[in-house]
Amino acid sequence: MIYWQLFYEFFKIGLFAVGGGLATIPFLQELAEKYPWFDTAMLSNMIAVGESTPGPIGVNMATYAGVMAAGIPGGMIATFGLILPSYLSILLIARALEKFRENRWVNAAFMGVRPAVTGLIAVAGVSMLRVSLLNETAFAASGAWESLFLWREWILFAVLFAVMWKWKKLHPIVIIAAAAVVGIVFGL
Amino acid sequence: MNIYLDLFLTFAKIGTFTFGGGYAMLPMFQKELCERHDWATKEEILDYYAVAQCTPGVIAVNTATFVGAKQKGALGAACATIGVVFPAVIIITIIALVLKNFADIPAVQHAFNGIRVAVAVLILNAVIRLWKSNVKTVWARLIFAASLLLLLFVRLSPVYPILGAAAIGIVCELRGKKI
Repeated sequence: MIYWQLFYEFFKIGLFAVGGGLATIPFLQELAEKYPWFDTAMLSNMIAVGESTPGPIGVNMATYAGVMAAGIPGGMIATFGLILPSYLSILLIARALEKFRENRWVNAAFMGVRPAVTGLIAVAGVSMLRVSLLNETAFAASGAWESLFLWREWILFAVLFAVMWKWKKLHPIVIIAAAAVVGIVFGL
Repeated sequence: MNIYLDLFLTFAKIGTFTFGGGYAMLPMFQKELCERHDWATKEEILDYYAVAQCTPGVIAVNTATFVGAKQKGALGAACATIGVVFPAVIIITIIALVLKNFADIPAVQHAFNGIRVAVAVLILNAVIRLWKSNVKTVWARLIFAASLLLLLFVRLSPVYPILGAAAIGIVCELRGKKI
C-alpha cells in the first residue's frame, strides 16, 4: 500500500535526519533508488524547487516527493510522516524544558549555547552571501576576477542593508518582496 | 482573536514568506514572535534553535512546535506546526502537479536571485543584533568564533559545537564565571 509506505519512509526521515532540511537529501537519494516514485534526475529538480519556494526545505522536498509518488494525498501523507517525529519529540522536550527553566545548570548550559547558535546562524549568513553575491562557477571556469563578483547584487545588498539599518522596524516581508521585484525588473 | 487561530495564521505567514529554510526564518520568527506577539523572547528562540539542531526534524517545524506548546500545549503546538508547513504544502503540490518546470521560469529565477540577497541581508542583520545581546564576554566570543570556524572550515555537524558550548556554560557556572 503506497500511502503506508510513504508515511513509513518519511516518518523514518523525520526521525533520523538531524540538522534541518538539507539533511534529508541523502535519505531522498536512497528513496529514489529503492522506489519507482521519482529518479535522481527528478531529485535535483526537487531540490531546486524546494530552495526557490517559500517554506522549510525539508517540508518542500517531502511534499514534492509525496505528490510525485501518489498525487495530492501522497504529498500530504509524506509531509505528515516527516513532521510527526519532530512534533512528538519537541512536545516532550518542551514539557521538560518548562520544568527545568529555572534550574541553575540548565540555565548555565543555555547561556553557553546561545553564542554558539549565533555562530551557526552567522555561518548560514556567510553561505547565503556566497551564493547570492559571488558567481563561483563562472570564476572557476574563466579565472577572471571580474566574473566572480555579481556587482548588481552587491548594490542591492548595500541598499537593502542600509534600509534595514535606517528603518529597524521594517518587516522582513517588505525587504523580501522588494528584492523579488528588483530581481525581476533588473533581470538579476 | 482565538489563540489557536492566531498561532495557525502567524506561523502560516512565517511559512509563506521565508525562503531558504530554517536559519533564514530567524528574522521572521523574531519579528512575528517577539515583536508583534509576546510568545517568545529572542533568547528563547535561540534556545529552541539549539535544541532543534540536536533533535531530528526540520528546524522551522521544531521551533513552531516549541512556541505552540509553550502557549497552548499539544493542541497549540499542532496549530503552529500545521501553520508553518501549510503554505509550503499548497505551493509545492501545485508546482509538482502543474508547474514542473517552475525552477526554470526566467522570472522565477530573477525574483529568487533578488530574494537570496534579501535573505543574506536579513540573516546578517539578525546576527549583528544577536551578537550585541548575547556575545558580550570573552568566553562568549570564543564560543562564537569556535562554532563559526568549525562549521565554515571543518564542516562539522552543528550538534558538536552546541553540546561543547553547553559544557562550557556549565563549567563557567561551576567556576562562578559569567558568559
